[in-house]
Amino acid sequence: MITLGDMLVLSAILFALSVAGIFINRKNVLLLLMCIELLLLAANFNFVAFSRYLGQIDGQVFVFFILTVAAAESAIGLAILVVLFRERRSINVEELNKLSG
Amino acid sequence: MLVQILFYAFAAILVAAGLGVILSRNPVHSALSLVLCFFTSAVLWLLIEAEFLAIVLVLVYVGAVMVLFLFVVMMLDINLEQLRSGFTRHAWLGALTTGIVIFEIVGVIVAKQLGVDATQGAAPLPAGYSNTRELGVALFTRYAYPIEIAAILLLVAIIAAIALTMRKRPGLKVQDINAQVAVRAADRVRIVKMDAEKRP
Repeated sequence: MITLGDMLVLSAILFALSVAGIFINRKNVLLLLMCIELLLLAANFNFVAFSRYLGQIDGQVFVFFILTVAAAESAIGLAILVVLFRERRSINVEELNKLSG
Repeated sequence: MLVQILFYAFAAILVAAGLGVILSRNPVHSALSLVLCFFTSAVLWLLIEAEFLAIVLVLVYVGAVMVLFLFVVMMLDINLEQLRSGFTRHAWLGALTTGIVIFEIVGVIVAKQLGVDATQGAAPLPAGYSNTRELGVALFTRYAYPIEIAAILLLVAIIAAIALTMRKRPGLKVQDINAQVAVRAADRVRIVKMDAEKRP
């Protein structure tokens, strides 16, 4: 028997790991994108778990939409990354200061 | 009992693969660890009877998104040493954040005033229950407009990705079919009248 608490703790661990990944891989845009994917997966875990344990299908519908948005996000993010690499020959976050932000 | 053992085994694999994603030295290894993460997540979703999303996770994420990631990782020639510098400098910050986030979320879960009893298993599903069917009914009735918006979003993403990466390379030799068809014999062959050469 898998309890709701098990699923929520697992998703919390996954979420925290990906947040830590964003901290320690601050320079590599590619790894940042991967960590964001992991973060969305952790959020999806919560949606699926609550949907199952509350007996309502709507949570899983939301996971469906999150998957859509995540796929679109990673496609556009990787396209931007490829263009960026062509332009600068580097994907180091610290060198991305052209906009002087 | 068996389900519980399977859950803990796959949860352990999931956490190990997550650690592999954020700690490995090579981006290719990170991407492959992420593939393992998605596979184990799909197994865990199967265990709590969300079959459709488990299959979608494998098809969409492992089949499409991670292949895209691997393509990009292998296409870019990245200077890894430079990107790895400062790794240990921020490691303590990462560990601290991990600890705080886990502590806070677990604290919320074990609190009793949540309205949901987190120590119970899910109610068993009735015989003949189809997760895919239920999801389809919800998607095409109550969520019909949102799913159309999602379709538009995917279309916009396709167009944006193609428009961003399309480029004209200088010096590339291409055929101009219109010019080839429109050419006339007079443009290509010039007949020059001249006297025959005399044999010396």
